[in-house]
Amino acid sequence: MTATQSAAPPRTRGHHADDAQTRAVTRMTRGRGGLVLTALAWVAALVFFFPILWMVLLSLRSESDAATPKLFAAITGVNYDGLWSGDVRIAILNSLNASITSTVLVILLAVPAAYALSIKPVKKWTDVLFFFLSTKMMPAVAALLPIYLVTNDLGLNDNIWALILVYTSANLPIAVWMLRSFLLEVPREIIEAAQVDGARLPTVLTRVIAPVVMPGLAATALICFIFAWNEFLFALRLTGQNAKTAPVFLAGSIAPEGLFLAHLCAVAFVVCLPVLAAGWVAQDKLVRGLSLGAVK
Amino acid sequence: MTALPATAVAGRAAPTRAPRGNGFRTRMARRAPLLPALLFTIVLTQLPFLYTVYISFLSWDRDHPELGKKWAGFDNFRAVFSDSGLRSAVLVTIQLTAMVVIVSVLMGLGLALLLDRKFLGRGLVRTLLIAPFLIMPMAAALLWKHAFYNAQFGLINGAINGVRGWFGEHSPTHWSMLSAHPLISVAIPLVWQWTPFMMLILLAGLQSQPGDVLEAARVDGASNWQIFRAITLPHLRQYIELSVLLGSIYILQAFDAIYTITRGISDTTNLPFAVFETQVDSGDYGLTSAEGVIIVFGTIVVATFALRVTSSLFKEGTR
Repeated sequence: MTATQSAAPPRTRGHHADDAQTRAVTRMTRGRGGLVLTALAWVAALVFFFPILWMVLLSLRSESDAATPKLFAAITGVNYDGLWSGDVRIAILNSLNASITSTVLVILLAVPAAYALSIKPVKKWTDVLFFFLSTKMMPAVAALLPIYLVTNDLGLNDNIWALILVYTSANLPIAVWMLRSFLLEVPREIIEAAQVDGARLPTVLTRVIAPVVMPGLAATALICFIFAWNEFLFALRLTGQNAKTAPVFLAGSIAPEGLFLAHLCAVAFVVCLPVLAAGWVAQDKLVRGLSLGAVK
Repeated sequence: MTALPATAVAGRAAPTRAPRGNGFRTRMARRAPLLPALLFTIVLTQLPFLYTVYISFLSWDRDHPELGKKWAGFDNFRAVFSDSGLRSAVLVTIQLTAMVVIVSVLMGLGLALLLDRKFLGRGLVRTLLIAPFLIMPMAAALLWKHAFYNAQFGLINGAINGVRGWFGEHSPTHWSMLSAHPLISVAIPLVWQWTPFMMLILLAGLQSQPGDVLEAARVDGASNWQIFRAITLPHLRQYIELSVLLGSIYILQAFDAIYTITRGISDTTNLPFAVFETQVDSGDYGLTSAEGVIIVFGTIVVATFALRVTSSLFKEGTR
C-alpha cells in the first residue's frame, strides 16, 4: 500500500501464519525439558485460576464453614437460594439494560464512523481517529462532577439512562478503533468488483462488507458489553436504589456485622458469570479487540 | 481533551485512499457518517470537561449552599498545589501503576513464552489463565480483601496457621496482610487481573514471529537464549510497548480496588480516589474540579509523550 507498510510488521503477519504453525510443531520440545515447561504452564494456570475456584467453593459452603479457612467442607446450595428473587435480580436486570442498550447505541454510532475512517476516509482522518483515542486517556473521574450535576439538573439521578449515555460515550472511541481495524480487512478489490458489477451502496454494505466484518462486530459488541457491565465509579455516583447496577449492589452486599463471606462469594460468582462465559467463548477475538486492532 | 496527540503522528500518516473529488457534495457525503459519533463524543466528553474548568474557578461548597457560588480566581488551583495529600496521591498513582504494569508485563511475558509451544492441554491452560481478566473488578477486589487478606477467615492466614500447626504452634496468628502491606494488597488483585491481558498481547506477538528466521538461526547453531535475545525480544518490543501503554491507561485510573480494599487509608489514595473523596466526602466542588483539571492536563502531557514514543504501534493504522 504506502511506504509505511514496510515499517509495519503486523500487516505482514498473515503470510507467516503457516510458518508459525510449522514452527510450533518443530518446537514441540521433547524430553525432560519439555515436560518441565509443560508442568510449569499447568502450575501457573492452576495458580491463576485458584482464586476463582476458591470463590466458587466458598459460595457452596455454610457461613460458619466459610469463616474457617479449610480446603474441604460440606457442600450446600443455600447461598444461591432466593438470589434470583431479591435485589440481586433488580441489579442484574439494571446491568443488563445499561450494558445492552449502551452497546446497541455504540454500534449504531460507531459503524458509520468507522466506515468514514476506513473504506471511504474523510480528510484528516488520523486526527479524528486520535481524537477518539484521546478521550479514552482523559481520566474519567474528571468528568464525574459535571455529569453528576447535569444529570441532577435534568432529573436523571437514579435513572438508568444517565448510565447508558455515559457508557455509550465511554465505549464509542474503543468501538470506532476496533471496527475500523476490522473494516480495513475487507479486500478493496471485492468492493470495487461489486461496484463495477453495478451493485449500489446498500447492496455492497449488506452483501459484501457485512459478511466479512460480522465476527469483528460481534467482538466489538462483546467488549463494550464487558466494560459497561463491570463499570463501578459512575454507577456508584449516578445511581441509587432504583437504578443500582450489579457492581454497586455487590459492593453493598458485605454485612458490617456477622458472617457474610459465603453469601458474598455466591453473589460475586453470579454477577461474574455472564462476562466469564462470553469471554471464554470469544477469547480469540478478545485480544485483537482490546488492543484496538494493533495486534492481530 | 484535545486532539493534541493526534498531530504527533499525523505528520507521518499518508492515507492510502486519498479522497477523490473535492466537490462539496462528495466531501459532505464522506463526512456525514462520522458526524453522529463525533457530535455525541464531543457533547458527552468535551462539554463536561469545559464545565469542570468553569467550576474550578468558583468557590462552591456543596455543604454550604448559603455561601453561593462565587468567582474564586486561581484560589482552588493554589489550594491543590499546596495540598501535600495530593502530592502523595500523585506518588501513589505512579507507584501503583509502575508496580502493577511492570509485574504483570513480566509475568505475562513468562506465561506467553510457556504457552508458545505445543503441549498437552494447551487450550485448557490458556482458558484457565484468561479467566481472572474476565472477573468483574469489584468482585476481584472483594474476593481478595475478604477471602484472602482477612485476618480471621482469610486464606492467607489460614495457610500460615496450617503451617504453624505442623510445627506444634496452635495459637492463631493475628498478622494482617492489609495493615502490613496496604499498597501491595491493592496491587495484587490488579496484577492478577492484568497479567492474563499482557500474556494475550505478548502471545500474539510471539506467534507472529517469522518462522523461517527462527529456523535459520537454529540451523546456524544459535542457542535458545541467543535466539530470544537477538530475534524474539526485538520483535516483541512493540508488543511490550503496547501492553505497557494500554495497561497504564487503565491502571492510572484504578478506582474500584482502592475504594474496596483500603478506602485510601495508610497512604493508598491515588489520584482518582483523591478526586472522588474531595467531591463526595468533603463536597468542595471548586477544589475537586481544580484537581480534575490539573490531572487532565498532566495526562495530556504524559499521553503526548507516550504516544510519541509508542506511535510506531499504530503505524499500521495509518496505512
